[in-house]
Amino acid sequence: MLAFIALVAVLASGLLRPADQTVRSAMIGQPLPKFALTAIVPGKAGLSSADFGKGQPRLLNIFASWCAPCIAEAPVLLQLKAAGVQIDGVAIRDTAPALVEFLARNGDPFERIGSDPDSRVQFTLGSSGVPESFVIDGQGKIVHQHIGDIKAADVSTIIAAVKGAR
Amino acid sequence: MNPLFASPLLLLLATPSLADSNLPPARYANVAIADPAKEADARKLMETLRCLVCQGQSIADSDAEMAGDMRALVRERIAAGETPGAVRTWLIQRYGDYVTYDPPLSSKTAPLWLAPLVLLGLGGLIAARTFRRKRRR
Repeated sequence: MLAFIALVAVLASGLLRPADQTVRSAMIGQPLPKFALTAIVPGKAGLSSADFGKGQPRLLNIFASWCAPCIAEAPVLLQLKAAGVQIDGVAIRDTAPALVEFLARNGDPFERIGSDPDSRVQFTLGSSGVPESFVIDGQGKIVHQHIGDIKAADVSTIIAAVKGAR
Repeated sequence: MNPLFASPLLLLLATPSLADSNLPPARYANVAIADPAKEADARKLMETLRCLVCQGQSIADSDAEMAGDMRALVRERIAAGETPGAVRTWLIQRYGDYVTYDPPLSSKTAPLWLAPLVLLGLGGLIAARTFRRKRRR
């Protein structure tokens, strides 16, 4: 009887508090893996791992023009840029015309944008969706991952992570 | 038409908004490797890898774009001569054991393997005690 009650308690607690379904990257604390992505937006450079680890922390944002939460995230990224955060983008499975239109409509906080047409760099980073952001420190180490769109309420956390990542 | 009937019908007409890109699937997402032995290796591995966006399916079973890109990654690496074990290790390094349906034995997964043995031993003990009591009677 006691065992039965214990079993019901375990099942009930599982039902009331579902497990966290987000897939976190196992790459936090690791050096940024090597990659080189070609440019996709006219007039803007592509992105490679060599652009990181130059003494300044940077925010690597994984996004796409076809991703709805990325539209919601755009003004927050502009706000981060205004606060002095240097942001680079990895565009997942995107086309140049769609991306140009996306940036024209939602603003462009990116210094560089690399094209990742087959999600290869996304897998290399252990990212499992768009949008996602990684803080890379001044030595080129991945120090923080943000899953999902960065909301206004997350700005202070991101700025703190970037400031702490010299 | 009665709105009570019309609304569920209208729901049928509505198309779900799918978060899919405009790019076609990667070449190796749905195309087999020319070498049948390598394709068999790749398929066997894909059936044990979790689709990261659907989570309840393997990448072999999923229609999600990301699963397609992951199949392409597995096939390309195996076609290039990498062993399935090396590809699996590469993915576990990035996503943790969560990415595989065949998790390696660790302190976290040990109860999965040990619990049945413990329960079997417990059952045997109870059975032995019951039989002994019967014999005495």
